Amino acid sequence: MQRLSLAGLAVLLHVLWADRREIIGPRLRDGAITLGILHRLEDLPVGWSDTAQEAAQYRVVPRADSARFGHVTGPLSWKRWLFLPEEVLFRAVRDDQDGGFTLSATPTAPLRAFLGVRGCDLAAIAIQDRIFAHDPAYCARREATLIIAINCLEPGGTCFCASMETGPQARGAFDLRLTEWLDAGTPSYLVESGSAAGRKLLARLPIEACTPEDQARVEQALAQAATRMGRQLDTGGLAERLAARPGHRHWQQVAARCLSCANCTLVCPTCFCSTIEDRTDLSGTTAERVRRWDSCFDLEHSYIVGGNVRADPAARYRQWLLHKLAYWHTQFGTSGCTGCGRCITWCPVGIDLTVEAAAVAGSEA
Amino acid sequence: MNAARNTARNPSRPRLAVFKFASCDGCQLSLLDCEDELLAVCEAVEIAYFPEASSAMQPGPYDIVLVEGSITTAHDRERIRRVRRSARRLVTIGACATSGGIQALRNFRDVAEFAHLVYARPEYLDTLAESTPIAAHVPVDHELRGCPIDQRQLLALLDALLRGRRPSIPSAAVCTECKRAGQVCVTVAQGTPCLGPVTQAGCGALCPGFARGCYGCFGPKEAPNTDALAVKLGELGLDPPAVRRFWHTFNAGAGAFRRAGGG
Repeated sequence: MQRLSLAGLAVLLHVLWADRREIIGPRLRDGAITLGILHRLEDLPVGWSDTAQEAAQYRVVPRADSARFGHVTGPLSWKRWLFLPEEVLFRAVRDDQDGGFTLSATPTAPLRAFLGVRGCDLAAIAIQDRIFAHDPAYCARREATLIIAINCLEPGGTCFCASMETGPQARGAFDLRLTEWLDAGTPSYLVESGSAAGRKLLARLPIEACTPEDQARVEQALAQAATRMGRQLDTGGLAERLAARPGHRHWQQVAARCLSCANCTLVCPTCFCSTIEDRTDLSGTTAERVRRWDSCFDLEHSYIVGGNVRADPAARYRQWLLHKLAYWHTQFGTSGCTGCGRCITWCPVGIDLTVEAAAVAGSEA
Repeated sequence: MNAARNTARNPSRPRLAVFKFASCDGCQLSLLDCEDELLAVCEAVEIAYFPEASSAMQPGPYDIVLVEGSITTAHDRERIRRVRRSARRLVTIGACATSGGIQALRNFRDVAEFAHLVYARPEYLDTLAESTPIAAHVPVDHELRGCPIDQRQLLALLDALLRGRRPSIPSAAVCTECKRAGQVCVTVAQGTPCLGPVTQAGCGALCPGFARGCYGCFGPKEAPNTDALAVKLGELGLDPPAVRRFWHTFNAGAGAFRRAGGG
């Protein structure tokens, strides 16, 4: 572990820009800490926090210090730069002469760096990496992305990564991992590399030595953060208990509140459902196939020959929760939930995954 | 654009007609307003009847008929039947045609009383007690919602019909478009009342994109949980009369919104 001063963080960004990488990171926009392209160091949300999240409740508030990463997960997740909200899979243009057509070339993936990926989201990227392992465009974008993770020392009100064992320490496939440390309100960054690319990058930065005490302080702060999660979920035997209760009365109770608006699935960093649409231009010369984010809460998503298998919103919510927390284990070998808390915060009526799952898992009927 | 080639390939273009009933003309203007695509539209179809665009009005039958407006008079109630008979495909466009429009507010009041308040000589009026959607009178093949309709949806629908595809008209919530666009939820982040979660997509989440709540001009999505959203609107500070007024605007006549507003 080494240390980077605030000026050193600026060098990190400048090195990435010099490498022609687009930096995606936290930015204050429309009353939220969203993710977007960083054009200058000041684009980071200096002295802003959004940790006081609750079900259906999100506000940014000023902090007393000048932390750059003193927030948690906002409305956007990194998936929109890997699994795009809308992507043209191919475009065919009719040839003038022979009646055939030409496929347009696949666009190249831009070089990028994700700055400030938290443990829950790092785990989510790992999950989507497995899902899209055979999607060449996803893989190209992933390959072109450098990940700079950040440890969470101040969990938010709807966070439960400790329950899902994905945080607060960011673990897994990062290139660099930062911990923001505040001394008298001024941040510096403890930095570790997690890959060959990360080590090379680190070698170009003005790093300072770090003491064993620094390391101990970070570990202590992480252990403390794990005890300050706003939410928790008892995962022991959860998948089995949920899957065994498809007729539980609580599904109907959730449906009475559920808007089937799909917000939970679209803010979820692991949800991967999509729909395909073919479109042409009016002259009939160009055709394209478009893939866009879809949701199991959309009626058309479950349309098959003969009708919809999940016309009832209760069935849609049950499908989502059971897939996320139970079937995902069978399908991919992990839970589909990383404890980021977005589905709780961004549900307009405050349906809380941790509460609803506990209600079904905790009683027989 | 290769006009000559296209016409050569498609010598007998499908015939398009646009009919207007009780409405403001805004939806058919969306077609005229397709500036960049207007030439392509004219090459792809023969505009056979469109009084707002051309005085050369040809008789039916027509392949595609776009109908704007609601039925508010006995005369129009008969006219829509004749229009239907002339149409191979009939597509209703806009909130008036699909739900009765803003003028369906009369359905909950005494229309004679309105007429006395508004007109100096109300006896010249010959109007029905209710404003009703086109589908209440004749079968409709496809519906485009909105006040006004979304131009991209209109072009995509024409394109699909011309190629023999089923038009892709989502029945999901406005939230799906808001989230795909990466917009911040105005309800959760700002406490702004928004009908997006129960309103059908299609507009591209236009209002939330400008930090405004959705006012439901695309009408109810499939399975809209208006009861649950009404509770939320109350929590956001709207009193019960304000909540009722929120439901009863451009789609006051659409089943779920009509009932939610107490009509």
